[in-house]
Amino acid sequence: MTYQEVSSFSQSWGLVFLVTMFVIAVVYALWPSNKEKFDDAAKSLLDED
Amino acid sequence: MTFQNDPPVVSRLTQSLTASCLALGIIFAILIAAKTSSGAMQFHAFIIIAAFLAGIIAIFNLGGRINDDNAKASPSGVYYNNTIVKYGVIASAFWGIAGFLVGDILAWQLAFPVLNFDLPWTNFGRLRPLHTSAVIFAFGGNVLIATSFYVVQRTCKARLAGEIAPWFIFWGYQLFIVLAATGYLLGVTQSKEYAEPEWYVDLWLTIVWVTYLFVFLGTLWRRREPHIYVANWFYLAFIVTVAMLHLVNNATVPISFVEPKSYTIFAGVQDALTQWWYAHNAVGFFLTAGFLAIMYYFVPKRAERPIYSYRLSIVHFWSLIFLYIWAGPHHLHYTALPDWAQTLGMTFSVMLWMPSWGGMINGLMTLSGAWDKLRTDPVLKMLVVSVAFYGMSTFEGPLMSIKAVNGLSHYTDWTVGHVHSGALGWVAYVSFGALYCLTPWLWDRKGLYSLKLVNMHFWISTVGILLYICAMWVSGIMQGLMWRAYTELGFLEYSFVETVAAMQPYYIIRAVGGLLFIAGSLVMIYNLWRTILGHSANEATPENIDNAIAAQALGE
Repeated sequence: MTYQEVSSFSQSWGLVFLVTMFVIAVVYALWPSNKEKFDDAAKSLLDED
Repeated sequence: MTFQNDPPVVSRLTQSLTASCLALGIIFAILIAAKTSSGAMQFHAFIIIAAFLAGIIAIFNLGGRINDDNAKASPSGVYYNNTIVKYGVIASAFWGIAGFLVGDILAWQLAFPVLNFDLPWTNFGRLRPLHTSAVIFAFGGNVLIATSFYVVQRTCKARLAGEIAPWFIFWGYQLFIVLAATGYLLGVTQSKEYAEPEWYVDLWLTIVWVTYLFVFLGTLWRRREPHIYVANWFYLAFIVTVAMLHLVNNATVPISFVEPKSYTIFAGVQDALTQWWYAHNAVGFFLTAGFLAIMYYFVPKRAERPIYSYRLSIVHFWSLIFLYIWAGPHHLHYTALPDWAQTLGMTFSVMLWMPSWGGMINGLMTLSGAWDKLRTDPVLKMLVVSVAFYGMSTFEGPLMSIKAVNGLSHYTDWTVGHVHSGALGWVAYVSFGALYCLTPWLWDRKGLYSLKLVNMHFWISTVGILLYICAMWVSGIMQGLMWRAYTELGFLEYSFVETVAAMQPYYIIRAVGGLLFIAGSLVMIYNLWRTILGHSANEATPENIDNAIAAQALGE
């Protein structure tokens, strides 16, 4: 495995991997059915405890 | 499982096991003290022996006085571990003052070098890491450990995992600070910025930090809330990433197991890149992700409003995590580092504008509908100004990472000014805000001793910060311009010492600014102390006025 191979692998597949991970995170954040769960989490912070 | 609704119990087995480990440590320390040729390492071995002995005694006293106020359950029936957070609040305040003080001494030394008294222990080279480690790791670290222990318990509605482990983390971390700090003064350093402690202190921190990770994960595991609140994600990212950074950047080979000196396994530019990958992510995950966790808990709590957009907070989290880790090479512009790596570091730094400002907007907009509270609550004012400083310094940072700008700013005071607008304005202010919130909550007081003193602290410190950063902007840009000025014959116009002489007035302004910042913090210490004692200055707060009017209306 040469330096060239490692760097071209990381510059191509690394990019695909990270972009895919990020897209998954954004989809999770914006998925409509998750909204209720997020609202509950944001509000339960204000519980008296 | 029944652990949540029962008062906490310390298991005999864990007590004996932990004490045995400490006893084993004492034996090792005695051997090192006997064999080493280094006076500093021998001194450290004695500190470790004393600390471990105290630890063994403390372990068998757990369940006595120290856990008393755990016997009370919260309204939701959880026995929170508040005592550990109280210790953390006091330790944070203590190390904060110590770190600020050393910083200001250094500022005066820079203006008047005679103040180092020509002694090895007090020269700039040894005191500087003492200052940076004291403010980042001792003050910042204690604030992060204390608030994370508080926040993870409340947002999970579960008691902190373990009875001995949290105390091991707290005292183990203090021991790390003492070993690191005394080491610097005695000349023990591996000369890596923000990673100065030598291999044996690094190993000790690793043990403490892994325990911290397990206690945090264990508490998340016990949670009663279905969803893990976003602040915990930031804390977890901080704990995991710092562990990774610490292990990689401190990969060294000691020359002997009884000598403090070690050599790094990396060489040349690889070592430099590893170092700045470490150091910039210490900024990103220690000083940013960790303190953003504080923002995501304390700003909504103090404003009594849920976070502006929970969805934005998730996008903020993931984009910050994905981008920050690549930004380190911007510390090595125009060096032996390959050009593409420099450009990569610059590009990712510029992209960081997005998540940083998304997070800032999320924090600030949480106040929508509650902006009037800024008039009456100086603690909230401090928190909000900290978020504004976060926005300012995360704007300035990417700007400075652009190669053309960096050509002017690098190695000048501009960098120092930038760091301090982030450190004083963002990190310290959000920490002060958290300490002002936590003290009355933990000691069960109606409120702080005096809100007027909080306001006073706010203004004294803010003027101090402004003096500091403005002086450094002017001095830094002047310094950079003087270095690159040529005469018409192509010679450098100024000698180095001329630039130093030109900077002296700004150094004095900076030192005065630092002094004001310390004065403000002392006001805070006094206020927190009186709050802990249960005193109240009986000021005309809006609440008190309302109560007085109500009392009058009732004909009292």
